[in-house]
Amino acid sequence: MSQFNEMYEGTSVRPPYARLKDWVATMPEELRSLKQAEAEALFRRIGITFAVYGEGGDPDRLIPFDMFPRVFSASEWSRLERGIKQRARALNAFLVDVYGRGEIIRAGRIPGRLVYQNEAYEKAVAGFVPPKGVYSHIVGVDIVRTGPDDFYVLEDNCRTPSGVSYMLESREIMMRMFPDLFRENRIEPVDTYSEKLRRTLSSVAPAKCKGEPTVVILTPGHFNSAYYEHSLLADLMGVELVEGQDLFVEGEYVYMRTTEGPQRVDVIYRRIDDAYLDPLCFRPDSMLGVPGLMDVYRSGGVSICSAPGAGVADDKAVYTYVPDMVRFYLGEEPILQNVPTWQCGKTEDLKHVLANLPDLVVKEVHGSGGYGMLVGPKCTRAEIEAFRAKIVEDPGNYIAQPTLALSTVPTFVEEGIAPRHVDLRPYCLVGERIELVPGGLTRVALKEGSLVVNSSQGGGVKDTWVLAE
Amino acid sequence: MLSRTADNLYWIARYMERADTVARLLEVGSRISLLPSAQGYRSEWDSLLQATGMAQSFAQKYGQTVQRNIESFLFFDRDNPSSIASCITAARENGRIVRTALTTQVWDALNTAFQELKQLERAERSTLELSRLTEWTMRHAAMLRGAIDATLLRDDGFNFLNIGYYLERGDNTARLMDVKYYVLLPRVDFVGSGLDNYQWTTLLRAMGAQRAFHWAYGGEVTAMKIADFLIRNPQSPRSLATCTAGLMNHLGRLAKAYGRETAAQGVARSLAAGIESATVEAIFDEGLHEFLTRYIAEAAHLANAIHASYLSGEMR
Amino acid sequence: MRLTVDHVTRYRYDAPARSVVQSHRLMPSTFAGQKVIDWEVSVEGGTRGARHRDGAGDLIQGWTVAGPVSDVTVRVRGSVDTEDLAGVLRGHRETVAPDCYLRETFPTRIDVALAELAATATGADILSLSHALSAAVSDAIAYRPGVTHAHTTAAEALALGEGVCQDHAHALVACARSRGIPARYVSGYLFADAEGQAHEAAHAWAELFVPGLGWVGFDPANRCCPDARYIRLGSGFDAQDAAPIRGIARGGAGEAMDVTVAIQQAAQ
Repeated sequence: MSQFNEMYEGTSVRPPYARLKDWVATMPEELRSLKQAEAEALFRRIGITFAVYGEGGDPDRLIPFDMFPRVFSASEWSRLERGIKQRARALNAFLVDVYGRGEIIRAGRIPGRLVYQNEAYEKAVAGFVPPKGVYSHIVGVDIVRTGPDDFYVLEDNCRTPSGVSYMLESREIMMRMFPDLFRENRIEPVDTYSEKLRRTLSSVAPAKCKGEPTVVILTPGHFNSAYYEHSLLADLMGVELVEGQDLFVEGEYVYMRTTEGPQRVDVIYRRIDDAYLDPLCFRPDSMLGVPGLMDVYRSGGVSICSAPGAGVADDKAVYTYVPDMVRFYLGEEPILQNVPTWQCGKTEDLKHVLANLPDLVVKEVHGSGGYGMLVGPKCTRAEIEAFRAKIVEDPGNYIAQPTLALSTVPTFVEEGIAPRHVDLRPYCLVGERIELVPGGLTRVALKEGSLVVNSSQGGGVKDTWVLAE
Repeated sequence: MLSRTADNLYWIARYMERADTVARLLEVGSRISLLPSAQGYRSEWDSLLQATGMAQSFAQKYGQTVQRNIESFLFFDRDNPSSIASCITAARENGRIVRTALTTQVWDALNTAFQELKQLERAERSTLELSRLTEWTMRHAAMLRGAIDATLLRDDGFNFLNIGYYLERGDNTARLMDVKYYVLLPRVDFVGSGLDNYQWTTLLRAMGAQRAFHWAYGGEVTAMKIADFLIRNPQSPRSLATCTAGLMNHLGRLAKAYGRETAAQGVARSLAAGIESATVEAIFDEGLHEFLTRYIAEAAHLANAIHASYLSGEMR
Repeated sequence: MRLTVDHVTRYRYDAPARSVVQSHRLMPSTFAGQKVIDWEVSVEGGTRGARHRDGAGDLIQGWTVAGPVSDVTVRVRGSVDTEDLAGVLRGHRETVAPDCYLRETFPTRIDVALAELAATATGADILSLSHALSAAVSDAIAYRPGVTHAHTTAAEALALGEGVCQDHAHALVACARSRGIPARYVSGYLFADAEGQAHEAAHAWAELFVPGLGWVGFDPANRCCPDARYIRLGSGFDAQDAAPIRGIARGGAGEAMDVTVAIQQAAQ
């Protein structure tokens, strides 16, 4: 399997990486280990020690940071940007549709069963259109690359994609440690993210809100593995970081408990799951949410971002239909391709999957974090057979994809510098406007040959550069 | 400010001040225990535990009041919510929750104390002198206090931190004095004896106030002078007068910033008035123990008022 | 038939609650077989909160009661004109897709016994199959109050062979879904006239989706389809989802509840 190296084309260096060649060539060995230690100390000092994507694990564990940046040229990025924005628009159009008349289902373009019987479909918000028609305000699109012009979307994250703090902190640390690099390369800034996020959230305040909206971030609490990210974003945006107990409903509005008395809240950027938002509407045993919140939300007293029910758009089974959504709602051809996906729930697909297991990646429909996953080419015969039994038992629970030759980026490893596989998660903001900060989170599989970039399984992070024109 | 944030800040201060006091208590205890105990009265350690209200939980877990057990209980024991380890851990956890309301320096001070605590916990106990543990605690408490004073914005969060400090400090001063006066001295006829004076001096030393006291008063150490110094003297950093003035100041600033007073300001005023109007003679007429007990109860009443008005989030 | 309702629910807390928040599904909607003449819900000492009509066509009204409070009384009074449409829910505005009601929930989870019970029913079309399913549930679960409780599942009730209207409705919903028929739980009131059996006035039944007809009510507890004696309040996946009152008390320990419902036929 030939792998696309983002820096080298044979022996010549691809233009975006041109200036990095000298940087590594001239960096003395001692300086490198010194800088690596410094970066680690900085990460630990700021306390950014959590697992990305809710992978769980030790909350004090540090995710390895690799100093070798991942670089996109302006033109590469501009295509990605158009593709991501297109996808984010289509996903939101889909959500408005399936909570409304369900035209795409009536038109037979997607099976109603996948949508209406989906756990993530919230009956409680059917018939409701959130402000500006936006359900998913932050769309995290996971992208892999296999060639100079070949980008594939692995999955969409329409609920509350995490990891953006890594994008921000990786940049801070790189700028602090290697200011010269930023003078030599014209790199688009990412620190505008928090301002853009605040603007996005404010732009979807409910119609009943007059004046500057009060925005808060709702966290499950300081025991959550992403608490650092929640508090960083609250800090950067200058908004309160609240827990469910800090909010209460009275009359037609939601208020937060402050030392000066109740203060009305207009927009809630929640980092808790739908099921925990309101014990009067969803799980009655939830202690994390706000009783009565959904009644206020449905009557237009407060906005919730992402909107309850947004998760139905990022389901792995629904994913297959995103290119159809782009065509159906936007009348455009998708700029970014899906990875070809077989649904084991379909008899034809299942046959193909079972016949080709050693070459495929098989995932659980609702799984995350790289668990419950089979990477065919990396598995022993026994492992494959064990997984085969699981698929046969409950085919609807699995999808399969070809093993993609993920692109590599040079990475500092013990033996020096070596290519390692990477993926990319940019964060698209959808409000009154649709915006994408030039950058994202690049995860890197630090183990040689590994394709699993999850931090719980030996993944690290890199700074992601987009060069100015 | 979120009520919960204010509550966390307030508790950071209370926990760190409490850790500081427990360290001082350990020092008093160990110094007094160096005295020849010819009189044959109860163990001083026992008295100390009794005074701090921790005697029962200690007895249940450890039984014998030997110094090593006391050290374990007051410094390391996570089951004891008032141990130094518990206090520092709780203060740091409260700090982590409201990380964004703190400056880097304040967070560093809290986090460093916590990280070093973990090292101490791993160290071989025989290598840890008691004095090293108490000095370590006091140093970190002072570093946090310094970081707060030097770097924090003078906003409502600063006021809540200080309210926590002054409430806890006043309560602790009153308790430490009460330990000396009511518990340590076994019989009234010891008053004015060499033992009495030695104990007072030790107490002053533990509060880091021995020199200050001599500069301010000079001459013999007497109970009256000490009471004046630790209750009425506004120059003394730990006196009840200083603490109540601090509470009035910071509650006053809150009232001004928020444009309204709450029940808390009224309670603070009457607490401060009680200290200001009391003469040393009147205090000893009432009985020092009775006076201190009354102060502790009133301060607790103030803490409740502050909780109800600002920290509970129930205010309308 | 004109029916009048007087429904009082009283919550008492041993330790006063700091605040109480409730969400009510207590307003009957108007459709072909049901017309609301007047209707009022009141909560003593409460503040009327947000109100909206949900996707299933139910009017949801929030309420908050500021504490300390040890006694919350919800009173519903009103009158409704009803008409017997053989259970067919005609002219009811809603946007939720029927397929949504194929989803299993905890109390309506299918087990082997429920699936077997569902399999015994036969019918030439969905409507007759629905009738057969309802009859099968009526036969399998005898009406007997006091043997089941609020959290009894359909499977448990079937195993017991006894239960109340909630259990019948759950069982029918579960059986229908297992046969691929969208089904939902309905809560409301039942007026028991002179000949009628003395069932609870606060009642529950099921609705099954029959292509061509739409939603059709079935009341396995009474072996019939809802008629003019029924007042429909709202629907959901199961009893909890369709509950007329959902509420939470902050800090209120030891909650006790008592309910009185009086349904009468008004002289016209």
